[in-house]
Amino acid sequence: MEARVRALETVLTEKGLIDPAAIDAIVETYETKVGPRNGAQVVARAWVDADFADWLKRDATAAIASLGFTGRQGEHMRAVFNTGDTHNLVVCTLCSCYPWSVLGLPPVWYKAPAYRSRAVMDPRGVLAEFDVVLPETTKIRVWDSTAELRYLVIPQRPVGTDDMDVEQLMQLVTRDSMIGTGLALSPSARQK
Amino acid sequence: MNGPHDLGGQMGFGPVSPETDEPYFHAEWEKRALGITLSCGAFGAWSIDESRHARECIPPANYLSASYYEIWIRALEVLLERHGFVTGSEIAEGHSKMQAAQPKRILTVDKVAAVLAKGGPCDRSVESAPLFSVGQRVRTINEHPAHHTRLPRYARDKVGMVEAVQGSFVFPDDNAHGKGENPQWVYTVVFDGQEIWGRGSEPGLTISVDAWESYLESV
Repeated sequence: MEARVRALETVLTEKGLIDPAAIDAIVETYETKVGPRNGAQVVARAWVDADFADWLKRDATAAIASLGFTGRQGEHMRAVFNTGDTHNLVVCTLCSCYPWSVLGLPPVWYKAPAYRSRAVMDPRGVLAEFDVVLPETTKIRVWDSTAELRYLVIPQRPVGTDDMDVEQLMQLVTRDSMIGTGLALSPSARQK
Repeated sequence: MNGPHDLGGQMGFGPVSPETDEPYFHAEWEKRALGITLSCGAFGAWSIDESRHARECIPPANYLSASYYEIWIRALEVLLERHGFVTGSEIAEGHSKMQAAQPKRILTVDKVAAVLAKGGPCDRSVESAPLFSVGQRVRTINEHPAHHTRLPRYARDKVGMVEAVQGSFVFPDDNAHGKGENPQWVYTVVFDGQEIWGRGSEPGLTISVDAWESYLESV
């Protein structure tokens, strides 16, 4: 593939259709500027600010945009909240729809057939492969991203975090917890 | 279409393999593949729906054995040829040999930040009121079209409940094929696991899809 991609870039550059410096800038954006810390900030804000959490429930696109996170693959956002009895899990069985603006580029497993085929049918088995074991009483809700809405899971706030501020809470929010294949870290797990 | 991309409920792909501290890219060419794909998308010559359809038209054996950025590149080559920007022989030789079609826009480095921040919203207003309302039971259509569609196979001919009216959006089944945006209402429809997977379904499982209005019938 390496030679094939290089040939394509050469042809398109010779024709003046693409700007190699623009490609560098795109890569730099997604390597350094847009990533899961954006989403972690949204989650931590929702944990400490009930009004913000309520806004997220009603209009996630606007609430997230208020923190400056907009753009490609985040044009239409929806936040789904884990509760004591429901765990949310997000997948795109048809391609790899993913909220780039808050989580960055998706990991390989999210785009691969194993996850896309099984997340809708065997979510508990999939979660076990991420070392997430939920009580039998916890119901699993799977969201298949079939349209242009991009989902952000708001994990439950870990216990023992009452004294923590947004910056500290952000450290407990993992990328996987915002897809639903993980849970937010406990403060003790973070210190390990 | 019932292509290799429509993976929900298929078996045999093995366990998910999460990777510790996974990097965004696993090879330099993947970075270029991302950048080239987004740059060419900015031409304005095709829609996201057409590009998704180009990816799902990759023959199943190739699709399932390709890495994701390889799928992107294979589909991009098809789109570039289809719209007159490159020829197959140019790609094979790695040099430009003829005049290309003129795109509406060329993504130069100075425009990258603004273009990525803007994205491509695809909500569009429609004049009609939504046909279905929250709480209503609906059945998904039993249709296996050869064209692009966003109703997964596992969710066809199933009864669910409208949980939310999400607004009105470009209709991908038409837009992928140059038939116009023809926006429709989109609904979040939630199904019990048993309705989809039958007796073996996990207790308490629910699954939702976002369905365009023409994917649904009243029960």
